[in-house]
Amino acid sequence: MKKVNQNCENCPVHNISNLVKLGVDMVGYNYIVALAGNPNTGKSTIFNNLTGLRQHTGNWPGKTVSRAEGGFEYENNKYKLVDLPGTYSLLSTSTDEEVARNFILFGQPDVTLIVVDATKLERNLNLVLQILEITDRAVLSLNLIDEAERKKITINERELSKQLGIPVVPTSARSKDGMEQLLSYIHQVAVGEYVCKPYKVKGYSKKIKNSIEDLTEKIKLIYPDLPNSKWVAIRLLEGDQEIIDAIKSGEIGNISVTPNDQMKEVI
Amino acid sequence: MSNAELKIDKINDLINFADKQRWELGDNFHDLIVESIFTDANKIAGKVISSSKDPDQKSWETTLDRIVTSRIFGFPIMFILLAVVFWITIEGANVPSEMLASFFLDKLHPILKNLSASIGIPSFIDGLFIDGAYLAMAWVVSVMLPPMAIFFPLFTLLEDFGYLPRVAFNMDRLFQKAGAHGKQALTMSMGFGCNAAGVIATRVIDSPRERLIAIITNNFSLCNGRWPTQILIASIFIGSLVPSYLAGIVSAGAVVFVALLGIFLSLVSSWTLSKTVLKGEASAFSLELPPYRPPRILRTLYTSLIDRTIFVLWRAIVFAVPAGMVIWLVSNVQIYNLSLAQYFIDFFDPYALFIGLNGIIFLAYVIAIPANEIVIPTILMLTVTTLGISGIGGGAGVMFELDSVKETGDILIAGGWTTLTGINLMLFSLLHNPCSTTIYTIYKETGSIKWTIFSTLLPIIMGLAVCFLVAQFWFIFS
Repeated sequence: MKKVNQNCENCPVHNISNLVKLGVDMVGYNYIVALAGNPNTGKSTIFNNLTGLRQHTGNWPGKTVSRAEGGFEYENNKYKLVDLPGTYSLLSTSTDEEVARNFILFGQPDVTLIVVDATKLERNLNLVLQILEITDRAVLSLNLIDEAERKKITINERELSKQLGIPVVPTSARSKDGMEQLLSYIHQVAVGEYVCKPYKVKGYSKKIKNSIEDLTEKIKLIYPDLPNSKWVAIRLLEGDQEIIDAIKSGEIGNISVTPNDQMKEVI
Repeated sequence: MSNAELKIDKINDLINFADKQRWELGDNFHDLIVESIFTDANKIAGKVISSSKDPDQKSWETTLDRIVTSRIFGFPIMFILLAVVFWITIEGANVPSEMLASFFLDKLHPILKNLSASIGIPSFIDGLFIDGAYLAMAWVVSVMLPPMAIFFPLFTLLEDFGYLPRVAFNMDRLFQKAGAHGKQALTMSMGFGCNAAGVIATRVIDSPRERLIAIITNNFSLCNGRWPTQILIASIFIGSLVPSYLAGIVSAGAVVFVALLGIFLSLVSSWTLSKTVLKGEASAFSLELPPYRPPRILRTLYTSLIDRTIFVLWRAIVFAVPAGMVIWLVSNVQIYNLSLAQYFIDFFDPYALFIGLNGIIFLAYVIAIPANEIVIPTILMLTVTTLGISGIGGGAGVMFELDSVKETGDILIAGGWTTLTGINLMLFSLLHNPCSTTIYTIYKETGSIKWTIFSTLLPIIMGLAVCFLVAQFWFIFS
């Protein structure tokens, strides 16, 4: 198996001992990291690697149905890591997908760690693009890279990183390869050393683009603090009754005031 | 105009504007958005992915998938794999079970009794704690631990390898036909581990109607508290019907049959529910078959032992200790020279015998509501009490030593058990109320007292009906 970060591992500065697994201790964290991705891509394995917890992992899509949270410390910063249920998109309405969607949208994580299955990159990219539409700070874990190699699939991770505008790390969570580089990028994005330029979907027609922009402006006028007003605009244009009701009742305004407390209610 | 009114005005304005825009954009807005995303994803993928694999060459995974999910071989392979897992469990658990039993019951129990006698502990306290709580716990450890330590790692290996989603894939068609959600096949499989976990897993189902069906029918999956009961009773009553070299395989077959009956009843009741109180169409979904991954054997052994075996065992012990005390109390607290247990058993015996069970089994299922794991110890203890067998464990209400499966069988047969009682106990173990943890979980997930009661009563009613039918056939043909 190819060692993904041989040079880094030999370098004294980059030592895995910089990671302190804190288990369920999340007191006084500096940053929140959300763990998102398609089902069965190894999110929970990465979660366990970083926090030292033992969430049951299984070769089984839909294993995580609610959020799991854990903590770790890296480079003197404390992180809270939130493992979200796997989803194929952010556009549907099942309970597990809502948990993931609401957290990325309104939980305002400092970094969203997107985990993709390298053997099914094309399909996984659909979710990646949807996440990049609603967040500016993300790191991509190109997981199961060993399996991709076995299937003779080669992925140009530099090009992928250039295209998406976010750091891309090939990982094999099962054998803990690439974790150090992942942590380093999470750190860099969290503290602002690495500025993401996330890819925005270009295929929208001019008419659609204008409608979304106009509506986003109007929403911002009423709810200036609302994160992701663009996404709310898209949902409004789709006629999502839940969002319409939330706007009418002013509930959506509450979300923007205290995102963390509100999310406990919503989830 | 006040500030609040101004805001409401603005909001209405916003909604109207959105409505107008939506009208102009047309219904296919959602599709256009999805399409744009797909187009872009495709473009990026094209730039970064290169595959040196010959696209015509079929991988072994594809071939294997074609076999295990085929219409002809899919189900037989599933049955055989299940049977092999049970067979290994039944054959492998016997010896360590005996060793544990002889240590905890034959050796440690008399030592404890002598110790308490020598320091003058009152017999009431001694009985309650040593003959009640300690023996209940010792019994659970020696009977539950070996099968769990074999069954869970095997099951986890299958899960790790990626076989369970293929089971779900095979079952999907059937569940769709029953008007339920295909993902119910997944939650049902989770129920084979623990029904409470299976009920929580139904969160993956989008529609509330289908989710409710999945919750109500999850109890038809034999949970790990019930596997040992099935395995033990099958070894005693079914295995003994055939020559000893066939006993293991036939017993395993009987357990597989009960498990399949559970799946069948789960489908039938899903179908009935979706045609009556929970009417509606099944919604479509896509199930991704995960790749086969080589199971990490050592890690699987470790996590399945720690996460599942010890976890379930601990739960069983926690519930067995108070239950052991209750058993000792109901067998020793007497009113007019008869124990409380005896009153209950005498009252229910006529009804119970009519459906091929007995009063002791009824009482055991009442005492064992907190955990299915302790049903068999309770039945044995109560049988000994009512038979007035003395000298075993030192008195009434004592869970007695169990050296071998055969001895357990002798006690039960002395208590009037027939093959019919054995068969019906296996059926009733499949079809009775969920344990209290599961009932509580159902309440938490549905938030409805009505559906919680419904899910609790439905399996009991079905269990009584099935036992009644089997008993009537039995009486006619024997």
